[in-house]
Order: sequence, then C-alpha cells, then structure tokens
Amino acid sequence: MFRQASRLLARTTTATTWRRSRAFSTDLPATPTEDSTFIESWKKVIPNMDPPKTPSSFMTPRPATPSSIPSKITVNFVLPYASELSTKEVDMVIVPATTGQMGVLPGHVPTIAELKPGILSVHEGNDVTKYFLSSGFAFIHANSVADIIAVEAVPLDCIDPALVQKGLAEFTQRLGTATSDLEKAEAQIGVDVHSALNSALTG
Amino acid sequence: MASNAAVPFWRAAGMTYITYSNICANLVRNCLKEPYKTEALAREKVHFSISKWTDGKPEKPNDV
Repeated sequence: MFRQASRLLARTTTATTWRRSRAFSTDLPATPTEDSTFIESWKKVIPNMDPPKTPSSFMTPRPATPSSIPSKITVNFVLPYASELSTKEVDMVIVPATTGQMGVLPGHVPTIAELKPGILSVHEGNDVTKYFLSSGFAFIHANSVADIIAVEAVPLDCIDPALVQKGLAEFTQRLGTATSDLEKAEAQIGVDVHSALNSALTG
Repeated sequence: MASNAAVPFWRAAGMTYITYSNICANLVRNCLKEPYKTEALAREKVHFSISKWTDGKPEKPNDV
C-alpha cells in the first residue's frame, strides 16, 4: 500500500508541472481509479502480498465530473485546417446530429454524436453564430466540455444560393438515372447535402 | 437474426465513412461564394509524385 502511495504522488506532481496554453477536457483533476473493495477483500484473505493491479488502475482517470453543474459549456470547434473555436465558454450549442438537431446545455449527459450536413449554432447570451457543417462528430464530456469536429464548416453567408439550386437539380436528376449502388449512394449524398444547404439558407 | 442494426445507405452501398465525409465536404466547397470557393479549393489541392519501379530501380517520377 505504501509502494502505491509513492506512485500516486509522483503521478500528481508530473501532471501539475505541465503547462499547456489550451485546456483539454482531460485537464481537470481526475478521480482516482483504484478498485478499493477488491483491495480490501484481498488484504483480508492475503495480507502479506501486494494486491495485483486491476484493469481499471491501468486506465487514465476519467476527467472529474464537477459536483455542481457548471454554468457554461466549453466548446472546442475544430476543422482539419483551423481551430474555429477553442475553449470558448457559451450557454448552448445546437449540433446537427444524425438523430436530429440536438441542443447541448451545461450538464448534458456525455454523448458521442455523428453529425450530418446541417447547421451548428452557438448561443452566447443574445448572440447566435451559425455555421454550416459538412459532417463530423460531436463529443460531449461529463465535465461540460464539447468537442465538435467537422471536415468543412462555413458561415452561412459564404454559401451561394444559385450554386445550391443548381447542385440540387443536378443530383436529383442523377439519382433518377443512377444504375449501380455506388452511383445511387453518391447521388443520394448529393441530394442530402444540397437539400440541407437549401434549408440552411431559407430556414 | 436481422442484419446488424440499420446501416446508413452509403455503407450499404460499400462506401466508407471517410469517403462519405470527403464527398460531403467537396459538395459544400463547390457551393461557396467566389473568394471563399477558390480559397477552399486551393487549400485542398494535393500534389503527388509517382514513380514506377522496374528491376529494383525507380524510373523518372511523374508529378501530378
């Protein structure tokens, strides 16, 4: 037990000496991952041997869930070529998950959501910033940090409505004439993306 | 037993998620307004240098 105490002390000092400019979701103090019931019952039966390590002691500790729900969520919104929002504290984000528009408030249950082409809106007080995402994932952690990753995200006023209409017409026509499964899938994707763009511009 | 869950239509057609995601991103890029569109397409340009090997020796590479 004392051998393990020195290992735990060493781990906490190395964690605090790192200086990172950007906070990650794993930065908050972690809950210790020792299986205390197992260790106690081991000691009762075999007091002279050190208890073996259980799989949970090898896991990196999960970020701690704060006992009270924080007032804002921290959003990290990244693209492959740029970081749009980095640890921005906001009141709510609405992400376009495949299961529908999902509103994320502080204290949201930890979720991994695959995103479909749609609008991401970030609500901060009375300001709403909207981006059109092509696809991606949203990870919401127990400590109210949301990581949203998308391949392509543009503000709505960068979209050209004429091109959207043209694309929609073209892919609807291609869907009608498609023969192989792959062609049909591509045409369907085209129709989905362009209709999402269309409703983003009009809605 | 039914097939494993409802697969998305693109996976049923044999496409992977990455291909699907890249197609979506390309379609969105093609619908952008002018200065943004050329910026986005230029950013995504990739250069390849391909050389065929014969008898253990590379021939002159072609650049794409």
